[in-house]
Amino acid sequence: MLAFIIRRLLQAIVVMLTVALIAFTLFRFVGDPVNQMVGIETSAEERAQLRQDLGLNDPVVFQFVRFIGNAARLNFGSSYQFKTPVIDLIADRLPATLELAFVSALFSLLVGIPMGVYTALHQRSILSNVFLAASLIGISLPTFLIGILLIFLFPVTLHILPSFGRGDVVHIGFWSTGLLTASGLKALVLPAVTLGLFQMTLIMRLVRGEMLEVLRTDYIKFARARGLSDRAVNFGHALKNTLVPVMTIAGLQLGSIIAFALITESVFQWPGMGLLFLRAVQNVDIPIMSAYLLLVALIFVIINLTVDLLYAVVDPRIRIDARTA
Amino acid sequence: MTEPVLSVRDLKVEFPTRRGILTAVDGVSFDIAPGEILGVVGESGAGKSITGTAIIGLIEPPGRIAAGEVMLRGLRIDALSGEAMRKIRGKRIGMVFQDPLTSLNPLYRIGEQLIETITTHLNLSGAQARTRALELLAEVGIPAPETRIDNYPHQFSGGMRQRVVLALALAAEPELVIADEPTTALDVSVQAQIIALLKRLCRQHGAAVMLITHDMGVIAETADRVAVMYAGRIVEVGPVRDVITAPLHPYTKGLMGSIPSLTGETDRLTQIPGSMPRLTAIPSGCAFHPRCPRAFVPCPTFRPELQNEAKSQVACWLYQPFPVTAGALP
Amino acid sequence: MSAQAPVPLADEPQRRSRLAAVLDSDIAYSFLHSKVTIAAAIVALVIIAAAMLAPLIAPHDPYDLRTLSLLDSHNPPAWLTGGDARYLLGTDDQGRDVFSTILYGSRQSILIGLMATLFAGCLGIALGLIAGYAGGSLDALIMRAADIQSTFPAILIAMLIDGTSRALFGEQRNDQTVFWVMVLAIGLSFWVQYARTVRGSTLVEKNKDYVLAARLIGIHPGLILFRHVLPNVVGPVLVIATINLALAIITEATLSFLGLGLPSTEPSLGTLIQIGQKYLFAGEWWIAIFPGITLAALVLAVNLLGDWLRDALNPRLR
Repeated sequence: MLAFIIRRLLQAIVVMLTVALIAFTLFRFVGDPVNQMVGIETSAEERAQLRQDLGLNDPVVFQFVRFIGNAARLNFGSSYQFKTPVIDLIADRLPATLELAFVSALFSLLVGIPMGVYTALHQRSILSNVFLAASLIGISLPTFLIGILLIFLFPVTLHILPSFGRGDVVHIGFWSTGLLTASGLKALVLPAVTLGLFQMTLIMRLVRGEMLEVLRTDYIKFARARGLSDRAVNFGHALKNTLVPVMTIAGLQLGSIIAFALITESVFQWPGMGLLFLRAVQNVDIPIMSAYLLLVALIFVIINLTVDLLYAVVDPRIRIDARTA
Repeated sequence: MTEPVLSVRDLKVEFPTRRGILTAVDGVSFDIAPGEILGVVGESGAGKSITGTAIIGLIEPPGRIAAGEVMLRGLRIDALSGEAMRKIRGKRIGMVFQDPLTSLNPLYRIGEQLIETITTHLNLSGAQARTRALELLAEVGIPAPETRIDNYPHQFSGGMRQRVVLALALAAEPELVIADEPTTALDVSVQAQIIALLKRLCRQHGAAVMLITHDMGVIAETADRVAVMYAGRIVEVGPVRDVITAPLHPYTKGLMGSIPSLTGETDRLTQIPGSMPRLTAIPSGCAFHPRCPRAFVPCPTFRPELQNEAKSQVACWLYQPFPVTAGALP
Repeated sequence: MSAQAPVPLADEPQRRSRLAAVLDSDIAYSFLHSKVTIAAAIVALVIIAAAMLAPLIAPHDPYDLRTLSLLDSHNPPAWLTGGDARYLLGTDDQGRDVFSTILYGSRQSILIGLMATLFAGCLGIALGLIAGYAGGSLDALIMRAADIQSTFPAILIAMLIDGTSRALFGEQRNDQTVFWVMVLAIGLSFWVQYARTVRGSTLVEKNKDYVLAARLIGIHPGLILFRHVLPNVVGPVLVIATINLALAIITEATLSFLGLGLPSTEPSLGTLIQIGQKYLFAGEWWIAIFPGITLAALVLAVNLLGDWLRDALNPRLR
């Protein structure tokens, strides 16, 4: 078990280093950092001095190591646009994105899994076909289009629910939350649904596919032959076996919610990290881009690790093999 | 004669497909007496497994029992409601599948799977069920059941897993065990052990057995009577000694001729020309006639029914007057 | 069935039987017996044909600034009060005919989607073949890259590539480069699935005798593999490509909607929706909604075709 965790940790570190290399390459070679930091009137000597001060004349390997060292201390340099430390900008907006992602992940799991189970168990029912048709439409509608349709339907036509912003937020230490105020919760509804809908349809189709696969297995047939009740077979045996692989993929899907959040944030002017990143791409603000890249990678790696560990907890084949290996 | 445990009459199982209806089992009838072991042999696709699955009521839709009846000690069970049939499965009819590696749920300890089966069918407390589970495991020859009961299936070898499957099938003292190719997936060295165990356990528990296999050797060693299936029909059924030593149906003869004899009396092994027809294209009349060395006038047109012949029953025009008058213009 | 098929005497019977075989195949059957699939195919064909023929059938040329008049801007669809019969689906903020811009916009979206899918397919197939055939550290390198990339959503990768191109091209970035940057960005973010599929098939084929035989008689086994692996993976690759086409169109639309894709002078469907979003609150819904419906219908139709193809090629999943 310990060896398993260590192996996973090493893999995670390799991923992070790779992403760091890409982020560093972006930072160092795409666009000249010096040109971005100074005005047109800066003299050549001053530029050379700045170049020296920034360590841009050091060997590239040194620079990379320094970059990683800085990143580990959360020092990503200053934004070209705002001239403030990137980490402050991100820390300011992280809570908004994480709250949005968390709520929509919850929504997509709580709705997607039961729908997937239902459509797998009642393959031929009308409601299943409705769900499936709806899911196909859900997958075919780009996130931003869902957002726009929701805005058109609720704030514009029905005049309910806000169409942009986070509403009132409460500050708890460095964290700002919209979950504790009525206007914050109201503002969260449409963005969370927009962001969660796509994942929900994916999870539903995933659960359905896995469950149909499991229902065909010998051990389910044998469980029925043993006379176990439908309930025990479907929800005891089949569901548990379904959720093991679903957990892995759903975990990764939920990770991508963080990244997809930037589309939703753009539609609803949600003051999160994604919007910050989007402006950074538009304005070629490389420090923000590379910091965002590293942060998203970190979140992915953490989710991956958690899923792997959970997997080992749920699936005895891995747990016990890992222990005896 | 005592009342049979299982009595199957004119069973017909159909699978609608887009190219028409497949008849996988067509007019199969047989009885199994209490405590008797009936072997069912045939090539793959002959309808053996589907017959077993139909008896226990687990034919997957859109497949269905189109005609006939299945009686369990006089109770008609093929038309029971889902819930009533569920109470018979596991309780009165146990089932063993081919592959022990996939028959057990990998995420549950074997004890959990035993205990849930026991408590489903018997009115026992959790602790009592666990005691019974331990007894069963000891009985099927699992060493150190007290520790093994909390292991997961993947921690057992194939042969050990099939023992656990046997324990599960016998957990509620069924009157009948349907064993569908119980040894096919196992190592040859383990096969004999499992067959011996199956035979011993069913004798001890007084359970009748329907043993489905394509292995005549297993049948010869184990069964009391044997039914030979070909293309969804029974072509011959009789006491195992008679069918093996003096087969009647040309197909049975072909089957026996293709088995090497340990006594060395046969000079060479024969083989049956051609292969079994696909279910989409079952020949008219006797389904075996295109491959039969002794086919004659009535065979391509008329379907023979099972008729008594010596101690057996056989469906072949060689043993019954063929309907020349009726058949001239059907 | 006899072991040896009779040799056809002339071309004609063989061709007929091949046609008959196609019509009798499971794929044709499942196509002809699924009304939804037929409808999806028709919708997809109509949109694609209309988009490709845009210069011929569009009532107005939205790229020709001389024909535009701000007097005609913000017109509602023709059937509403204030609508103008010349502009069936209304006009946008610059006085462009929404129907015409949808036709031209679909053209952009579909072209980028097709090119990106093609690019991703070629790249993925090539890398998959190389990884499977070469094995060893090259295989490990390619597949680890695939693993790492597949943990990130395609849209993020496409955005990064787009952002990088902005930094690299700077002022030289024009409409033409944007088109190809989009193709590159989207194509690069979708190669992984092809590579995995092709690599798997290559590994299976690599150890077969005929590859050894090819080596013995001095033919480069890579060439042999190329010829033998590709036919095996046509089915799965086609399914992946169809579903990726839908994803590529969505990705392009999303990038354009976010203001990172095609400019408003040569709008794609995503750009049109972005323009229209600003006017939703003013009640001018038609500028965003009609392109939105077109986009959704196109993607849905392609997805339905992909779903059907997958089920038809792999009946076990149904």
